[in-house]
Amino acid sequence: MAKKIALLQGNEACAQGALYAGCNFFGGYPITPSTEVAEVMAGELPKVGGKFIQMEDEIGAMASVIGAALAGSKALTATSGPGASLKQELIGYACIAEVPCVIVNVMRGGPSTGMPTGPGQSDVMQARWGTHGDHAAIALCPSSCQEIFSETVRAFNLAEKYRMPVQVLFDEIVGHMRERIEFPEPGELEVINRAKPSVTPEQYKPYDTSFGNVPPLAAYGSEYRFHVTGLNKAEDGFPTTKASLVDAEERRQIFKVECDEARADVESNEEYLTEDAEVIIFAYGSTSRSARYAVNELRSQGVKAGLFRPITLWPFPEKRVAQLGEQAKGMVVAEMNLGQMVFEVERIVKNTCKLGRVNRVDGEPINPTEIMNQVKEVL
Amino acid sequence: MSAKAEIEIIEAYCKGCSICVEFCPTKVLEMDAFVVRVANADACIACNQCELRCPDFAIKVHKLS
Amino acid sequence: MAYDYEKSIRPGKLPHIWCPGCGHGIVMKGLIRAIDSCGLQKNETAIVSGIGCASRLPGYMDFNTLHTAHGRAAAFATGIKMARPDMKVICCGGDGDGAAIGGNHFIHACRRNIDMTYVLMNNFIYGMTGGQFSSSTPTGDKASTTPYGNPDPAFDLAKLAIGAGATFVARTTAFHATQIDKLIAEGIKHKGMAIIEVLDDCPTTYGRRNKFRSVVDMMKRLKDIAVPVTAAAKMTPEQLEGKILTGVLHKEDRPEYCEQYAKVIERAQGV
Repeated sequence: MAKKIALLQGNEACAQGALYAGCNFFGGYPITPSTEVAEVMAGELPKVGGKFIQMEDEIGAMASVIGAALAGSKALTATSGPGASLKQELIGYACIAEVPCVIVNVMRGGPSTGMPTGPGQSDVMQARWGTHGDHAAIALCPSSCQEIFSETVRAFNLAEKYRMPVQVLFDEIVGHMRERIEFPEPGELEVINRAKPSVTPEQYKPYDTSFGNVPPLAAYGSEYRFHVTGLNKAEDGFPTTKASLVDAEERRQIFKVECDEARADVESNEEYLTEDAEVIIFAYGSTSRSARYAVNELRSQGVKAGLFRPITLWPFPEKRVAQLGEQAKGMVVAEMNLGQMVFEVERIVKNTCKLGRVNRVDGEPINPTEIMNQVKEVL
Repeated sequence: MSAKAEIEIIEAYCKGCSICVEFCPTKVLEMDAFVVRVANADACIACNQCELRCPDFAIKVHKLS
Repeated sequence: MAYDYEKSIRPGKLPHIWCPGCGHGIVMKGLIRAIDSCGLQKNETAIVSGIGCASRLPGYMDFNTLHTAHGRAAAFATGIKMARPDMKVICCGGDGDGAAIGGNHFIHACRRNIDMTYVLMNNFIYGMTGGQFSSSTPTGDKASTTPYGNPDPAFDLAKLAIGAGATFVARTTAFHATQIDKLIAEGIKHKGMAIIEVLDDCPTTYGRRNKFRSVVDMMKRLKDIAVPVTAAAKMTPEQLEGKILTGVLHKEDRPEYCEQYAKVIERAQGV
């Protein structure tokens, strides 16, 4: 049977990916340029018996998502810059309470209201460090409509598998761009659901590390009942200030994502002509599309250029970037902000190669010529 | 007069607020330093006011039949 | 035998953290009796709170319990209720939590008329942070951040709830212990958003700054200012000066939110 094909906007593809992943709850608040995600979910969720609610504000939307997730739902919210800022506290709540959920941030310019209809990539550090306190972060950054679909599915999978909030970041260009989408058949993409407790209700502890770094999560309203708090807690879920327990829990919650095994599972990069590259263009989201064009142009001019595109922004692909830093003479980081991921690249490559950057925050996409000019600077 | 109920005090829970002492209509209870104690057991009319208003789950009124 | 509160409390959790004389324990006992009288099942009930002294309540209760972030109880609870309309959802928390930082979630939960019961413990102060004035501290009163008297007017929380659309609104005080469980039970049985405001005492951070010599003084004041709505109907405005109405202040039937959403699902599925 022929696959279902559609011309979809990135935001619509995101909603379709969420539905494929089994999302059955959406709590949101209208904000440009992400609103189409909510609009599609409002129409589609009730068809499959799911729930859509437009909450009174961005914070309430995030709260409803965590509440629904604790009641067993696969929950999604979508927002943009100012809304992402408002959600930060509760993203931290989902981190410490270890509640699986997905937050989509269709990035516009900023800070504050900024340029609501213009693209930006200036929330990438917020996705890592936006909420207060130490925590791990998973953030995925697709660059095409098809990839928005599949990365939204993967975001749900990672949220369920690692029991934490996962952010999907894409800029307004990809969010509002229309492309041909092939809908995967059911079963074609893996869909992961959270591990259920295997112990009796009497034995159940919501943060029981005897089951590994990611303890199984029961649902409210099941045969299990349990306590959840945003305070530092012991494995039974109740607050503690005991130094050794607080330390162990905080470290576990970071280790579960940043250990080698998890990194290998979570990290995802695309490399284009990097094998013999003397210069690497580091770009993500829509900027990577200009970067790919630049690589082709440079190659035709005899410059050995390659593209490194992190699809998983967080955890940062430290090992591979370090290798490329050793291999290349220069690296150019192109991003629609005034320099964010470039510092992460700098931290990893140190002085092994020359580092250049291309930055724009005027609401216009970075064009290939700008990247090519910078490549010539670092060679 | 004989007691209509037996009052049990859980001393480990009592924080000594004295609400129960004040609002007992028959003055059954009194403060002993920072903990309530039954001073006049026979006067208890089993109204349950002390138990209902004890914020600390420290009083149980066992009605006698 | 005396009433068995322990059957609803998690083993080993008492004594609780509340200060001597704090009315939150009286409210928790009332909530336990109400849940008991309504026959709610532990696994099918969620108790959700925000942050603050009153919001520590769920941790003691042997149910599905969620201690959320400051002000967010109603919004988290909305997510639970939407996901599982078959569950009973009870919110609890203080006045600053529910009506100041959480005011938006509070009024919108009222507007939706989602089937929840919200026990709002109003002790007129931010207790846990040490006694700063809240949106329900009476004008002129002293708090750590109003050393010269509070210039702010206070919310009437019950009126706020009625104005926002809650379909069951009641009020009592921590002194009126038996009324607490009766009103909460009525709220639980009511289909829709039920707000039960319980005027409460904070001897530690409010009482001592406002000329209450003891916990008992605060309790007596709660007793004195409370006037049942039925009695108030026969009183003059002068007689009602400084009094607070107690009992069921508002009750109406209006479509409940989850039932309305169930109809959305039916329409979407073309049933």
